Order: sequence, then structure tokens, then C-alpha cells
Amino acid sequence: MPAPLEPHLSDIIAVHLGLEGPLLPILHAVQAEFGFIPPDAHTAIAAALNITRAELHGVVTFYHDFRETPPARHTIRICRAEACQAMGGTALAAQAKTALGVDWHGTTPDGRVTLEPVFCLGLCACGPAAQVNGRLVGRADAAALLAEVAA
Amino acid sequence: MKVYVPCDAAARALGADAVAAAVADEGAARGVTLTLIRNGSRGMVWLEPLVEVDTPAGRMAFGPLTPADVPGLFGDPSAHPKALGLTDALPWMVRQTRLTFARVGVIDPLSLDDYAAHGGLTGLRRAMDMTPDAVVQHVTDSGLRGRGGAGFPTGIKWKTVAGAGAAQKYIVCNADEGDSGTFADRMLMEGDPFTLLEGMAIAGHAVGATRGYIYIRSEYPDAIATMTRAAHLWSAARHSPGFGVEIRVGAGAYVCGEETSLLNSLEGKRGVVRAKPPLPALEGFLGRPTVVNNVISLATVPVILARGAAHYRDFGLGRSRGTIPLQIAGNVQFGGLFEAAFGLSLSEIVKDIGGCTATGRPVKAVQVGGPLGAYFPPAKFDTPFGYEEFDKQGGLIGHAGIVVFDDSADMLAQARFAMEFCAIESCGKCTPCRIGAVRGVETIDRIAAGDATAIPLLTDLCETMKDGSLCALGGFTPFPVMSALTHFPDDFARHRKAAE
Repeated sequence: MPAPLEPHLSDIIAVHLGLEGPLLPILHAVQAEFGFIPPDAHTAIAAALNITRAELHGVVTFYHDFRETPPARHTIRICRAEACQAMGGTALAAQAKTALGVDWHGTTPDGRVTLEPVFCLGLCACGPAAQVNGRLVGRADAAALLAEVAA
Repeated sequence: MKVYVPCDAAARALGADAVAAAVADEGAARGVTLTLIRNGSRGMVWLEPLVEVDTPAGRMAFGPLTPADVPGLFGDPSAHPKALGLTDALPWMVRQTRLTFARVGVIDPLSLDDYAAHGGLTGLRRAMDMTPDAVVQHVTDSGLRGRGGAGFPTGIKWKTVAGAGAAQKYIVCNADEGDSGTFADRMLMEGDPFTLLEGMAIAGHAVGATRGYIYIRSEYPDAIATMTRAAHLWSAARHSPGFGVEIRVGAGAYVCGEETSLLNSLEGKRGVVRAKPPLPALEGFLGRPTVVNNVISLATVPVILARGAAHYRDFGLGRSRGTIPLQIAGNVQFGGLFEAAFGLSLSEIVKDIGGCTATGRPVKAVQVGGPLGAYFPPAKFDTPFGYEEFDKQGGLIGHAGIVVFDDSADMLAQARFAMEFCAIESCGKCTPCRIGAVRGVETIDRIAAGDATAIPLLTDLCETMKDGSLCALGGFTPFPVMSALTHFPDDFARHRKAAE
């Protein structure tokens, strides 16, 4: 059962509505609460900000961070940018893809792990870099990353 | 006993939290009165986690440490197998000119007392004793140029905003540091966040703005947390009562590092580039006059005010005045942050300071200035680090990230990646960028398959992207592509030979 939207959604909107340019803070807060931007939340957010649902859809889909479906239990993000490439980032990503049997943005069939690309975590002098469930990892190796999301 | 364990994201990504926990446990077990400070990073990333212990002679450095190395810190420190000596005497530190990064790694990032004791707030006090016009003139005289990459004189931008009549003006700090190989903004926000707030407050006074925003990329969770806490402490201490700052978080779009995309994003819109004019200085956030400056530009303002414009301007080369925090990254033995006056050659940076590759193989290329920067072959390593000097060589310094590649790099693959990245991150506004990048990937794939007739097509496409794009994403993607093609033709011909 998905978590009920209310009263959380109304609270989130109310807290941020006084900001200048409140939409991104609202979307971040909604995603932090529900794990993604539930399609059912669109009507209330659009109405509160006096924008169309089409405009809201445009914003949600523009940014890589916003998800429209629930995430897996674990998320691995691997840096694809040049500094990490120079330290074997491409091979690291290939190993993770093979082991998980998914491509970028893919989720394992058991709903255990989502694999996401990221373009730079600012760890460019200790690459390749990755992020597992939010935790940053420098000089990442595939075996250690995968062990962390085994369960 | 006073011990410093960095809370910098790179140090934490290499295990600093476990080391800090071990220090606390060991101190408790030995009954030692321990002051454990989580400082920023000194910038020697290859030595992280780098722990420092306060001694009568000064702070002693140890690294890279694991929890198993911690008990030894409590005995005779000089006998520790990972003792490096006094931090301030390490060659990496001695060779630098730390102005913007003077306090990073030295102080407790969230202690306002520590900040003030190390020269913080001096610049703001001096600025508040000056007229706004005098502050703008001072920044202009320092020669400070935008450190985000464009290199526009900061003082001139401020003058435009100061001269604009409006009921509300803004200072927007661009902390969307998305370029690969760069981490100076992150390190500064995590290691000395009050400097940025002080710089923004000075900017506010100079141009008549009462509100500021710091737009930080979401990929920097530690910087977001530290800046948020610092902004609360700063506000509570009332150091700039007439100027308030809010932290905003990006959402994973590289193009939002472009100032007009950033403003749209801040307003809650798609991060699409705006045409200029109107300049953001006149019609920026919510259509009002806005200073948009990079983190390093703003964080350098306090030291300019504190020590004087001439002190800053006297460092540097040609029209590149002052210092630049070089970020040495990628496949390099000694990677990290090194602040120096403009003018070092690429050779000095990569070989003498960086110690060449981490893998021990020959250096094949360095990419300077992020994913939109050119690849430089060793034959061009005599290029001095400066805005005009790099421009003359068909490159750009960007945000001063330097990514080193060894001879295993395939430059055709790097060129393809540049186009692929542009295709993924294009905001979609300009056709040459939105469609050109996709065609660029396809054209490079044709070259990879042995079709040499696609090479002139790629060159032509790059010209179109360069001339026909509104912003640097589409306009500068040709830099890495064309530099790879020009300087490493063998990598583009190799595939043809294989096909024949």
C-alpha cells in the first residue's frame, strides 16, 4: 500500500508557500517524504502555486533528481564524469551493471537496487567515486559497493 | 589533547568518520581529555583521512589513517609510522599562496569564534565603514574576475547592479559546481562557510541588495548541511542584520550551473537558459537586479577587503590577477586543492605538484576546465595558467579543474563522451546543442567504425554548435571534441586501420 498523501502533502506545501520560488523546495520535500513525486500529488501542488499541471510536469521531468516511481530499497550512484573515467570509473560501472543485471536507471527485478549515473560528486582526486544510499565512497570498488546492498 | 579529523566529503568518503570515532574511543579508554575538531580538508586528498594533533611545535599531520593507526597517535607522535611532520611545513602547503583558502582545514568550520580569531569578519567591518561605491571600486581595483569560468570582472558586474534602481535586489551565489575535476566550491563551503556568507554580505552592502540565495547542487550533501547550519549561526549572531541568506538545493541538472538557467531553477521553473540581454544584473531573479557570482569569487571578497585591493592584484599574470585554487584530479599521484598565483605552467602543475599519474604510466592528456574544457597534450604543457593564455591555446581554465589521464585513455572515447554528456544535459532550448550533440555521438561512432569521411562532418558540426548555441554547454562542448581530434589524430585513425 502506498503511503497516504495527506496530511503530509498539505503540510509540506503550506510550510514552503511563502518562499520566493517555492516549487523546487516543495518537490525536494515531497520526495524526501514519499521517496518519489507521486502523480497524485500534482493537482494539489499545481493548484497551490497557481501553475498548470503541464507546467508542473515540465519541471518534474526536467530535473534528473526527481523520481516519478518509488525507488528500490537501495540506490547506488556511480560517477560517470571524466576525472573518475581517468581512474577506471567506466570499468567500475560495467562491473556493477553486469552484477546487477541492469543498465543505468534500472532496478533489479526483486526491487533491491536501483543503479543511477551521477555526473560528479566532487570527489575527483579520489576516484572512482560512488554513493550508496546517500553515503559517499571514494576509490570505490565494485565488490564493496555490491556487498553493501546485498540484503 | 587536541585532534583534528576532517569532515570534508572527500575525507569522509575515504573513511574519516571511522577514524574520528576511533580517536574518541581511544581518548575515552585512556582517560585523556580530548578536544576532537572536525575541520575542513587541507587539500592533500591523497593523504586523507589526514589527522592532525596539536603539539607545542604546531599541528602535526598523520595520514592516510585508518582506525588501526589511531592508538599510535596517543603515544610518541613523532614515532608514528604515518607521521608526516608539521602540517604547515609540508611542501604542498609551503608552496601555496592561500588567500581564499587561508582558513580551510585550519579552523572548525562552524565556530564563529574560531573564524574571527583567524581573521574572519575583518573584511566585512572594513566594507561597512566604506561607502557602497568605494567597495565596488575596491573589488574592481583588485582585478578579481569570475571564478566560475567566464572570467568576467566581478567589480564591473557589481557596478551594474549597484546602478540599477529597484526596490529589491539580490545576491545569488552559484554553488552548482558541476564540472568534473572541480571541488573548490565544495571544499570551501565545507571548510570555511562563513567566508562565503561574509563575501555575500559585502556584496549586498556594495550593490544595495538585502537578500541572498546560495544555490548548491544536490550532489553535495555535506556542503548543503554545513552551509545550512552556518547560515543559521551567522543569522543568529547578527553579523549582517540587513542581509539575509537562504540555501537552495539543485536537482541534478548540470546546465543549472549556467547563470540564467540557475535563476530559472531558483524561480521554480525548468532550468532552461535565458537569452541575454537582458543581463541578470538588470533583470535577474524574479526579474530584479541580481548579482550572480561563483562561490570562489564571493569567498575571495573578504580577503580583498581585509588586505586591500593592491595586495590581491599584485599576485598573478597578465590580466589574470590574484590567486586561483587549482584542483588537481583524475589519474594523478598527488591530487587535491592547491591555491597559487596565476601563472604556473601546466607542466609545473601536473608534474612538479601533481607528481604525474597515480598509475605510474605516462601522462597522455589533461583536461582543463571541466567537461567543456579542452584536452591538452604534453606538447602544450608550457601554457601558463591564465584566462587569456589558455584562450590563445584553444582552451579555457573554467573553474580551474585539471584532470590527468594516462596513456591508456582513448581520446576518441573522450570526445564521444563530451557529446553524449551534452546530449544528456542539454536544456533543449537551442537546436545546435539539443540535436547537434546527438548527431555528434552518431558521427563519432561513424569515425570509430572506420568512416574517415565523417571527420569533416564532425568539424563542421562543432563549428555550428560553437556559433549557434546560447550558452557554454552547446557552445563549448566542441572544445574537448576538437582538441581530442586535433591533438590525438591517431586515436581517430586507429579505428579506421582496424576496420581496414
